[in-house]
Amino acid sequence: MANFETPELQETVEIPALKEGVMSHSHPFVSKQQFQAPLGFPGELADDWKDVAINKLGELLKTNRALQVFMDSCVKCGACTDKCHYFLGTSDPRNMPVARQDLLRSVYRRYYTLPGKYFPKLVGATDLTEEVLDQWYSYFHQCSECRRCSVYCPYGIDTAEITMATRDIMNAVGKGQKYSNEIIGKVFKIGNNLGLPQPALEDTLLGLEEDVKEDTGIDVRFPLDEKGAEVLVVTPSADFFAEPHIDGLIGYAKVFHAAGVSWTLSSHASEAANFGLFIGSAENMKKIAMRIREAALDLGVKRIIFGECGHAWRVAYSYLNTLAGPFDFLDPRYPVPQHICEFTHDLIQRGVITLDKSRNDHRRVTFHDSCNVARASRMGDMPGGQFVIPREVIKAACNHFHDMAPETIGEATFCCGGGGGLLTDDLMELRVKGALPRMSALKQVVDEHDVTHMAAICAICKSQFSKVLPYYGFQMDQIISVHQLVSDAIILDAKQ
Amino acid sequence: MFVTVLFALLFYVATAIFLVGLGMRIARYARTPAPLKIPTTPAPTTRGGVAVRMGTEVLLFNSLFKANKWIWLFGFMFHVALALVLLRHLRYFLDPVPTWVVLLQPFGMYAAFAMVIGLAGLWARRLFVERIRYISSPSDHLMLGLLLGIALTGLSMTYLWHTDILAVKLFFTGLMRFDLNPLPTQPMLLLHLFLVASLMIIFPFSKLLHAPGVFFSPTRNQVDNPREKRHVANVKWMIAVEKPATPADQ
Repeated sequence: MANFETPELQETVEIPALKEGVMSHSHPFVSKQQFQAPLGFPGELADDWKDVAINKLGELLKTNRALQVFMDSCVKCGACTDKCHYFLGTSDPRNMPVARQDLLRSVYRRYYTLPGKYFPKLVGATDLTEEVLDQWYSYFHQCSECRRCSVYCPYGIDTAEITMATRDIMNAVGKGQKYSNEIIGKVFKIGNNLGLPQPALEDTLLGLEEDVKEDTGIDVRFPLDEKGAEVLVVTPSADFFAEPHIDGLIGYAKVFHAAGVSWTLSSHASEAANFGLFIGSAENMKKIAMRIREAALDLGVKRIIFGECGHAWRVAYSYLNTLAGPFDFLDPRYPVPQHICEFTHDLIQRGVITLDKSRNDHRRVTFHDSCNVARASRMGDMPGGQFVIPREVIKAACNHFHDMAPETIGEATFCCGGGGGLLTDDLMELRVKGALPRMSALKQVVDEHDVTHMAAICAICKSQFSKVLPYYGFQMDQIISVHQLVSDAIILDAKQ
Repeated sequence: MFVTVLFALLFYVATAIFLVGLGMRIARYARTPAPLKIPTTPAPTTRGGVAVRMGTEVLLFNSLFKANKWIWLFGFMFHVALALVLLRHLRYFLDPVPTWVVLLQPFGMYAAFAMVIGLAGLWARRLFVERIRYISSPSDHLMLGLLLGIALTGLSMTYLWHTDILAVKLFFTGLMRFDLNPLPTQPMLLLHLFLVASLMIIFPFSKLLHAPGVFFSPTRNQVDNPREKRHVANVKWMIAVEKPATPADQ
């Protein structure tokens, strides 16, 4: 399949011996002028790129407390060294979170601290050179910004923040990543990551209505741009066409239908994903988020609900109010925004919708906690609700549920290996190797509990797993949407 | 007399650098905006909850405990011992010595050994665990050497080569009143004091900034309430992009 070896599955997470530089060749395609310009970034390195980079770092240090504190605070205790899935899967020591951080920290020390200016060797400070920039480009694109390391750091140092800052600096000097930047450009131009224009979207949704009618005999609607609807649903555009995402979208539609709540999608905000997060560009993240505010105002909705997407939920839950708020024009009885799992869970609790678990009896299910949902957001009103609510929804929809090993779920969950702007074919080796810890945990429940399917609530996780499951001897369709389970179990017409 | 003047100057300079340097660093942390909500979740949803979270981090090293039991054991042992030893040393600066410092004395004496064991354990890991050796700079080893040096010279004065501790106390209480009293010239004492002054000077420019840093870490000190309370900060990009019309304007 490729010119690299798929790692062998392990019974428990094993810490590999270091193999220096084995992943130094890995880097995504560099962005070109045409993809840089719409985001306000230069297209290539200028002669003064070093000054630009160092000044940009200085600006970020002044405007982001996390970066300043994280640059100073690391004591090299080693707590994070065995926590990154990319390190566990590749053995490259630069994929240990502290070593990754040090690629930026050593430059910070050289230009922004006294010991680094006068005793660079002693404190491990380095000049910014083209070689360092290449290392940044390689290893800061081997971090999926999943925050697992930050759970274990005694100072809460979050490598994601450092990765984002470094990607922001690289964009500022014209060394951007094609995958993320091209996609952001599509959102600005068309409204979603896939570049699906309004007519195509409308067509797809009509097709879905026909499919569901054929399947169930019931007219379940998939409304688009309907003014006056109660709820605006913002979902990752992968939900409109990719497998298994689309079965999740069908699930949302059936839930709204059964609950009798009017809803609509928006062609202007036809994307929940916000890749501005991945490239650490607050300006671009804000511009993308603003589209959701604009759509909500334009359509006159009362609530905003997000579909299954991990980083989108982080941006929605943690940042939307900051980036595009205040949302005082929405119904104050509901949190802004809500997650589709919160919505469905509430309807199940109140008995508004009914699920027939036995319809999923052919499945034995486990749940993959997506990193951004687990460690950068919440659901419900209780800390940790992001772990409870999706599982409650799954358990209400099927009879056979088994969690994976506790050290691989909840706040300790392992990234799928494709998050943070790395879900691109030019990083296939990294994606396969980074999936090792999750694949090993899955294998364990498959062997011990005959688990047949892994459910997830993240578009990136779903795409990533569809691609990497076969490398580890699983079937690509063993990854499913949580709302696919709901879709298959929900009773649409209670009288039947 | 030369030694007395030299060490008096050294401690005035070290104290000034320590206080001013640390103060400026803390001011910088406090002034720098935290533009977005980034607590590592699950996180407390109230201020009180954050105080408890910070307390368990600072006093018990909760996250480190989750990460690695060995690093936690040695790190915790070292820090608790250091705190006890520092508090015990108050008796050389306060007159009269408060009762609680007197009561602490025996614990502080034993803590010195725990401090050495903790530091030795951390250094052993830095030398012998491949991953930690890989991430260590020379300064990381020197820092452990410095702390170990302080602990060992201190211990040597307790058990091997006693010093005129009353004269030392007179020297330091005198310094605080800008009054010069002779400092004993016992080599272990001078080495001990020199290393301590070095530590104070290095503090604001080194990884020892983790001490104030942890309190300012947004992933640990932020309340998880972004939906309930709109988080705003004074940064350019947040106010730069034009807002679309709200319904009231239409």
